[in-house]
Amino acid sequence: MKIVSITKTVHDWLFSIMPEGAASIVEMVLIAVAYLAFFAVAGLYLVLLERRVAAWFQLRLGPNRVGPQGIFQTMADALKLVSKELTGTIKADNFLYNLAPYFVIVSSLMALAVFPFTQEFQAFDINIGIFFLIAISSIGVIGILLGGWSSNNKYALIGAMRSGVQTISYELSVGLSLLTMVLLTGTLQLSEIVEVQKNGWLIVQGHIPAIIAFMIYMIAGTAETNRAPFDLVEAESELGAGFHTEYSGMKFAYFFLAEFINMFIIAAIATTIFFGAWLSPFGITDSIPWLGVFWFLGKTLLLVFLMMWFRWTFPRLRVDQLLTLEWKYLLPINLVNIVIMAILVWLNLTIKF
Amino acid sequence: METVTEITTRNFKSQEYFINMGPQHPATHGVLRLVLTIDGEIIKKVEPDLGYIHRSIEKMSERDSYQQIVHLTDRMDYLSSHINNEAVCLAVENALQLEIPDRVKVIRTIISELTRIASHTLWWGVMGMDVGALTTYFYGFRDREMINDIFEETCGARLTMNYNAPGGLMFDIHPNFVQRVKDFIAHFKTKLPEYDRLLTGNVIFQKRTKGVGILTKEDAISFGASGPVGRASGYSCDVRKHHPYSAYDRVQFNEILDTEGDTFARYRVRVQEMWESMSIIEQLIDNIPEGEYKVKTNAVIKLPKGEFYQKVETARGELGVYIISTGTKNPYRIKFRSPGFSNLSLLNHITVGGKIGDLVATMATLDLVIPDIDR
Repeated sequence: MKIVSITKTVHDWLFSIMPEGAASIVEMVLIAVAYLAFFAVAGLYLVLLERRVAAWFQLRLGPNRVGPQGIFQTMADALKLVSKELTGTIKADNFLYNLAPYFVIVSSLMALAVFPFTQEFQAFDINIGIFFLIAISSIGVIGILLGGWSSNNKYALIGAMRSGVQTISYELSVGLSLLTMVLLTGTLQLSEIVEVQKNGWLIVQGHIPAIIAFMIYMIAGTAETNRAPFDLVEAESELGAGFHTEYSGMKFAYFFLAEFINMFIIAAIATTIFFGAWLSPFGITDSIPWLGVFWFLGKTLLLVFLMMWFRWTFPRLRVDQLLTLEWKYLLPINLVNIVIMAILVWLNLTIKF
Repeated sequence: METVTEITTRNFKSQEYFINMGPQHPATHGVLRLVLTIDGEIIKKVEPDLGYIHRSIEKMSERDSYQQIVHLTDRMDYLSSHINNEAVCLAVENALQLEIPDRVKVIRTIISELTRIASHTLWWGVMGMDVGALTTYFYGFRDREMINDIFEETCGARLTMNYNAPGGLMFDIHPNFVQRVKDFIAHFKTKLPEYDRLLTGNVIFQKRTKGVGILTKEDAISFGASGPVGRASGYSCDVRKHHPYSAYDRVQFNEILDTEGDTFARYRVRVQEMWESMSIIEQLIDNIPEGEYKVKTNAVIKLPKGEFYQKVETARGELGVYIISTGTKNPYRIKFRSPGFSNLSLLNHITVGGKIGDLVATMATLDLVIPDIDR
């Protein structure tokens, strides 16, 4: 409630001092800046979380020297990356080479706008929310392809080509598994999807097909973010650094940050679609709406942790096995799953409280 | 190398291309350069290019006394430095026809097997890392660390040990040695099954390794493969079994053989070998004979005129030392037959037709140590 009252005050004040059009634009810029600032920092802390989680899996301590429990470690790293000289190759296609990181970072930051953090706290409640998410997250791969292609490095090129193959394949599964859930909700608007889940989270409502869809989504989602066991794009034991071999400084940081924000996005989509977004389990904190933020972030971080768990346990797939998994297993299962879900909805066999 | 084949499919013209894997590349574990000819992801040719860490150890040996040569051999296969030392010492001792005390033989064998376990744990960690499971690296290092601590306490060094000298050992074992080795065995017996749970049983890992990089028995023999690489193809080549040296004739152990010859077989042979090494240590650790840890040799060792050959089983395979002596204090010529060199020679043979990922996985199970190849 507090956040809403603050934004309302700002809104009223802006509209009182300037014409409507200008005020709207100023408002948009303010919100964009707030989101950018918040998620750039959140991305940094995801990096720290990953490093601590990795250390925990690997019998190490992880960064714990810069600030208490190492909380300023990634800040310091970011500061280093910002102040670093941008080196590049002479023979790179300079225009595309410089453009590529922005595609990646912009696409991941744009996707964040639609998430319902609480009932009121949603920047952009578009009526084709899920479609928007899928569309925006596909843009990122263009950046990776451009980056790998334009940096005139064979390792980068192999990485980029792998990325293209991988992302295009797995986007199908992401899209189809989300579509399975849309059958249950009957809407693409994220706020309404959350509304539907007041009768039980969708993973409960859709029971067996929903759980299958969730598993497929998590596998495909991990592949979408190019993380292990699907990290063929930057498979360090094969390609050195993969598509961002030739990038340094802040441009590299964009790729790096985008990976972590993408991970957050994949987990946040799963939270919204399968686990009731800001809804608390059994409605235990319904009387305090602003607690929704914590539920949302809590569930998301749990899923992020799951993805980190994958990364630090599994070996990497080979490129042909990656495609076999998608086209021969996930996609057919997914298509059958949609039909099952449709029958379920048709016969009204869903579980509702 | 200059010919580039153009492949014309129906509408597109594509080209094979070269890629330099190394000398600085994470998968080559050292300064090995592989010139790959690739068609997309498929490997057409692998040409190893050596010489980046050549230190002419064989030539330097011609200048050094036999005690000094022992120190150089540490720097060949640094992961089985003790066994390398032992090879030269045994060659010199056999040439001088020295009677080596039992105590020395048993201690040498125990430390050789500890070295083998240390080398295999490191290999296991790196193997996991090469197929993308980074966590294995730290598990492997955790256990290797305990062995290194034992070595440090015994002889002051952790990697390049120099514990052997012609005629015996540099010093006697530390009073804690027996207890610490027992502690390690007890610890490692609980940890080795963990290796299997983490990596061996993993579906992705098995998919990555089974049926990849297949080496037949005939090829293994004709390429001179030795060690776990040869044994995974069914080629019985364990020097410890066929030509026992030190205390290997008094212990019971199995030579681990496999018939598949693929990457997974090589993996399995190495993991099983760790169990065998533990069993060898267990048989010896409780009855280390009393006695001298060294026999007196002349300060300047002069080998009789002639040619001497000694081979030992390092963690990577058969290491041979061939000495030609003219009766002076230096060898006239010394030649090391290193296991890594022969094992590398079959890389092209078994990886062509695979993917880049296969090459990395296969190379990991060849367990190359580059200074051993270049010397």
